[in-house]
Amino acid sequence: MSELKTKLVLLLGVALSVVVLYGFLYLEREWEIGVLLVMVPLGVYFLKRANALTYYQHAAREMPRFTWISFALGVVVLIMLLRHEDFALLMLTTVLLYATVSLGLTIQFGFAGVVNFAAIAFFGIGAYSMAILNQHFLHIPDLLIIFFSGAISALLGALLILPILRTRGHYAALITIAFGILFRTFLEVNDVLGGPQGLRVSGLEIFGWDFGNSFPNELGGGSFYVAYAIVALVLLATVYLITRLIEASWLGLNMDSVRLDEVASASFGINGPRWKITAFMLGNCFAGFAGAVYAAMYGFIAPASFNLSDSLLLVSIVLLGGIGNPVAVIPAAFLIVVLPEKFQVIQEYRLLLFGIVVILILRFRPSGLMPRGLRQYFAGRFG
Amino acid sequence: MRQTVLQTKELTVSFGGLKALNGLDFQLYEGEFLGLIGPNGSGKTTFFNALTGIYRPAAGSVLLHGNDITGAPPTKIYAYGITRTFQRLRLATSLSVLDNLIIGNQRNLNLGLWHNIFNRKSFKRRLQEQIQIAEELLSRFSRDLAVHLFKPVSSLSMIDRRRVEVCRALISEPKILLLDEPSAGMTPDETRALMDELQDWRAQYPTLSIILIEHEMELINKVSDRCVVLNYGEKIAEGRYSEVSNEPGVRAAYLGED
Repeated sequence: MSELKTKLVLLLGVALSVVVLYGFLYLEREWEIGVLLVMVPLGVYFLKRANALTYYQHAAREMPRFTWISFALGVVVLIMLLRHEDFALLMLTTVLLYATVSLGLTIQFGFAGVVNFAAIAFFGIGAYSMAILNQHFLHIPDLLIIFFSGAISALLGALLILPILRTRGHYAALITIAFGILFRTFLEVNDVLGGPQGLRVSGLEIFGWDFGNSFPNELGGGSFYVAYAIVALVLLATVYLITRLIEASWLGLNMDSVRLDEVASASFGINGPRWKITAFMLGNCFAGFAGAVYAAMYGFIAPASFNLSDSLLLVSIVLLGGIGNPVAVIPAAFLIVVLPEKFQVIQEYRLLLFGIVVILILRFRPSGLMPRGLRQYFAGRFG
Repeated sequence: MRQTVLQTKELTVSFGGLKALNGLDFQLYEGEFLGLIGPNGSGKTTFFNALTGIYRPAAGSVLLHGNDITGAPPTKIYAYGITRTFQRLRLATSLSVLDNLIIGNQRNLNLGLWHNIFNRKSFKRRLQEQIQIAEELLSRFSRDLAVHLFKPVSSLSMIDRRRVEVCRALISEPKILLLDEPSAGMTPDETRALMDELQDWRAQYPTLSIILIEHEMELINKVSDRCVVLNYGEKIAEGRYSEVSNEPGVRAAYLGED
């Protein structure tokens, strides 16, 4: 395939995706979404039969950087198309933030094999860090506060390292579940952190740009969510790049090896605990970043936003997408966040449906919608 | 006099009340191909696990070049240049052949954050080096296998998986190689092919010492310089296969003769 042709294929893929995403986010009537829901799988089916999907996958493997950048720009276009739609932007931003957390889970669970059913707690730690730091340390730039929030999340997560390393499988999972519940209870009884009423969070201000105002007219005007959507996009793009680079290096290789067989790994000098700790802290750090942006966007946080059910939702994003595949969490996050919002009927039975979805995936497609392929170290050959 | 590479003194491993290894005195010389034989449950694999730090010995000591390494963790044992294969293959089957081999070459990998994440140009050079090393190593064992470098291990046949496991243990150029029943699950022809390939490798690395656990007596007879026979965790015989196989104790252990 020539370079130009490859690029055209990739751009076509992005354009198609943007149209579909726009449809899902913009349309409101349930029958319209229903039609879209029938059309999309049909479309995917025909594209697959015409070998267009394989074609696209090849192109993406050949030019991963171009794919990544073109998709990010595609989402910028999407944000601009939706710039007057508060609710659509709010959903889109939530998708981007949840995908960021899911990338953290991908490193923890998909690479190193460390289960984490407390993702929302680390998200929450990031959110509360943002609320407090932003209120009390006015002279610290907000970008730095987002960074600190991630770091605090990772450091508090370090409390769990010892119990997780000393336990296996179900027991490690139980520890994280317990931590998630403890975290929520702690927030509810702690008056300094606002108790059950929660805390107000002031909006972001990056490079002198106050995000509380609507999007500047010189740039086309629009909802104040536009700015948050772009920050969330930049965050996701960065975190995605880091995740991919980890996967395509000895770090990811060692994490995979530890997950697949810790004893055999140790026999080849791989220090299992070291990689599990690295993965766990890094994943929690990502969750913290996302939580910080989330808090600033909502302007208000309370313990009720950080439930066990939200952690399960995040795990189901990883399962639905494909365990260990960084790309897969993005469409999966979209499906799991947007569909229930669009179908009010589903909304009430959300968790019930997720339960069913998870069971169906585990039964019929255990490697997810987009199964993870072999490691690709660099564009083109090498895998 | 040949140099002793590895030595155990009264090595004992117990599980609860059971002594899986009982006061084993054992020596391995440089460049030696040693066959470790004995009936099922006689402690052969336990011996490997005790040497490689997977089990902690209850008593006794392990000496490598005269230095006490008793109870060292597996990661250290690897750093000392002792590698192994497993009776039931323990490859990362969902990863590529290349990935599995690179895992074996851990000693020569730079794990720094800068090198791995930011300085991708230099990482690419290192990767190319590893690919070349892996390709050369594999093609020594089987030309056909080298073509499958970028395929998942799960797509390989049993003998190729064995080869990959042996190569994973050899890629870091160890001093001692422990082979735990490599013939399991293979036909006699395949096993013979693998052993011939190993002999070729030995010709090139004469200081490599190998301990082979094997049930196939003909194979042991052919490849080993010396044999150690275990039964119920104790050494019951030692010497050349032709001598050992005629000892009454060994015949009793294997055939149930009195």
